[in-house]
Amino acid sequence: MTVVTPEQHGLKAHSDGGWDASEKGFVPVQTRSARPRSFEHTDFAPVNGLEAEWKLTPVKLIKPLLDDALDGAPYAIDTDAPEGISVEWVARDDARIASAGAPEERASANAWTNFEQALAITITGEEHSTVRISRSELGNTARAGHIVITARAHSNGTVLVESSGSALLSENVEVVVEEGATLNFVSVQDWADDAIHLASHFVQVGRSATLKHTIVSLGGKVVRVNPSVHLSGEGADGELYGLYFADAGQHLEQRVYLHHEAAQTRGRVNYKGALQGAGARTVWVGDVLIGPHAAGTDSYEQNRNLVLTEGTRADSIPNLEIETGDIQGAGHASATGRFDDEQLFYLQARGISEAEARRLVVIGFLSEIVQKVGDEQLEARLHTAIEAELEGTIS
Amino acid sequence: MSVLSVKDLHVSVETEQGTKQILKGVDLEIKQGETHAIMGPNGSGKSTLAYTIAGHPKYHVESGSITLDGAEVLDMSIDERARAGLFLAMQYPVEIPGVKVADFLRTAKTALAGEAPALRPWIKEVNGAMKALRMDKTFSDRNVNEGFSGGEKKRNEILQLELLKPRFAILDETDSGLDVDALKIVSEGVNRAQESTGLGLLLITHYTRILRYITPDFVHVFVDGRVAEEGGPELADRLENEGYDRFLTDTSVA
Repeated sequence: MTVVTPEQHGLKAHSDGGWDASEKGFVPVQTRSARPRSFEHTDFAPVNGLEAEWKLTPVKLIKPLLDDALDGAPYAIDTDAPEGISVEWVARDDARIASAGAPEERASANAWTNFEQALAITITGEEHSTVRISRSELGNTARAGHIVITARAHSNGTVLVESSGSALLSENVEVVVEEGATLNFVSVQDWADDAIHLASHFVQVGRSATLKHTIVSLGGKVVRVNPSVHLSGEGADGELYGLYFADAGQHLEQRVYLHHEAAQTRGRVNYKGALQGAGARTVWVGDVLIGPHAAGTDSYEQNRNLVLTEGTRADSIPNLEIETGDIQGAGHASATGRFDDEQLFYLQARGISEAEARRLVVIGFLSEIVQKVGDEQLEARLHTAIEAELEGTIS
Repeated sequence: MSVLSVKDLHVSVETEQGTKQILKGVDLEIKQGETHAIMGPNGSGKSTLAYTIAGHPKYHVESGSITLDGAEVLDMSIDERARAGLFLAMQYPVEIPGVKVADFLRTAKTALAGEAPALRPWIKEVNGAMKALRMDKTFSDRNVNEGFSGGEKKRNEILQLELLKPRFAILDETDSGLDVDALKIVSEGVNRAQESTGLGLLLITHYTRILRYITPDFVHVFVDGRVAEEGGPELADRLENEGYDRFLTDTSVA
């Protein structure tokens, strides 16, 4: 077999590898599910920032979380667990741990190696109840965190985790939605300006179970939340939503992976973001994999970004892999743009000032996701938070 | 008495083929309470006139003036024009995702009046106007124009006309795409608005159909960016019978 030689002008080896695979004697990762996994920090090579996984992330700013030993002790939380939901710190050998997935990269593995106890949230009640967990005193110590959420069979609950204050945190979040359970999980990152937060969510959705998973990232210097959701039971339903608002100097990243493993699964991914101010930076990567056994899959993913000022950058990378022909539907969409002038004209033609018209359009754009949160208190708080973000640009 | 006056208006737009002259010297004067119909073939500049008066940034005014009671409208921003009393019912109203009709109406009313309307009478007024236009109550909870049918969009425009109470309204092909029932409902709304506020109307239409329900005082025929002929309602009848052919024979459009 002849080796492909890059003769065409400007053609060179792709940074992801592959074109010279036969020469070098290796095969690059072909499909999302084939990425190497390990619970051990040392199994992952040091990060140089050129890796596909890290090339869009400011790796200099997250170095301690990639390389250093992390403080894995429990931290202060504020919660009000109702009947039907328990919240407790548990030891590393608890049976619930390592039931949803394993790290795919170095910062995640570092957190796994270093955490001492996990925050375990377990939902057993069949009547819907809501637990709110807030944490605001993590401080600037480099920490490892671990959360494990278990929705027992046929349970129904909402878990809201709200983060604020300073943080230097790498964490893993495991979520298991057992047969017939319904879980609404919302994670709000409204950190202080200096916070750095890397999170990997490993999610398994069982037979006839329903998951709504929402990531809201508003505050923080670097926030990178990567949910990997596996629709592993037949008839599993996963709705993955995201809302982010990056200001000057903020880096907000989310790498979403939705794996249709079982038959008759339904998946929806919808992330919306706004960017304003010099250096405001967002990254959205959406990988959807429809596996060979996922007959009857119905899947759609989309990302929309609204650019409010000059000097911002939004990366939006949707990927769709289909390994079976027998599906109901699969699609993806991505768009990044400025204000729609026709929308502004319409509102202004009704006497609404340009500033107010812009405010309405942005809030309208983002409220599609806010309306999905499914908790009135939190929805109201998010509306207020978005209004506050907008004060910066529009005045 | 309020007067909206257009004098020797020349307007161009930028196209891929370069600058295109659309309006080539338009003169019009509309007094409060009057209804003027602007008719003409496609591409004659009717909609350009409508959007230029409303201030759409796409249209570039080369020369001429538009005044409202002597004040130069061309010096005003889009929203200032609306606050001065101008209203454009659009042919293709855009969707505004995430903005509910009720919130939008209240925001617009507040912007126009300078203060928020008292809640209870306002809701009553909105509900009354919606009922008169045979719009379902659930309308106010829907996002502006999102998923609206063509007819619903037009009703929503006239709903705003009735609630926002402008002094002059331009209706850009409000009749297009409406079946006869919807056309009657929409026309009734326009007539109600005119009776209650003494609105001056500029009715832009390709067909004479809507003129059966809204009687014009004056008819202006637009051809190739100019008013080619003016008259009373009888001119509309003549156009109904003859079409625009006799205007087109001596222009490049034919």
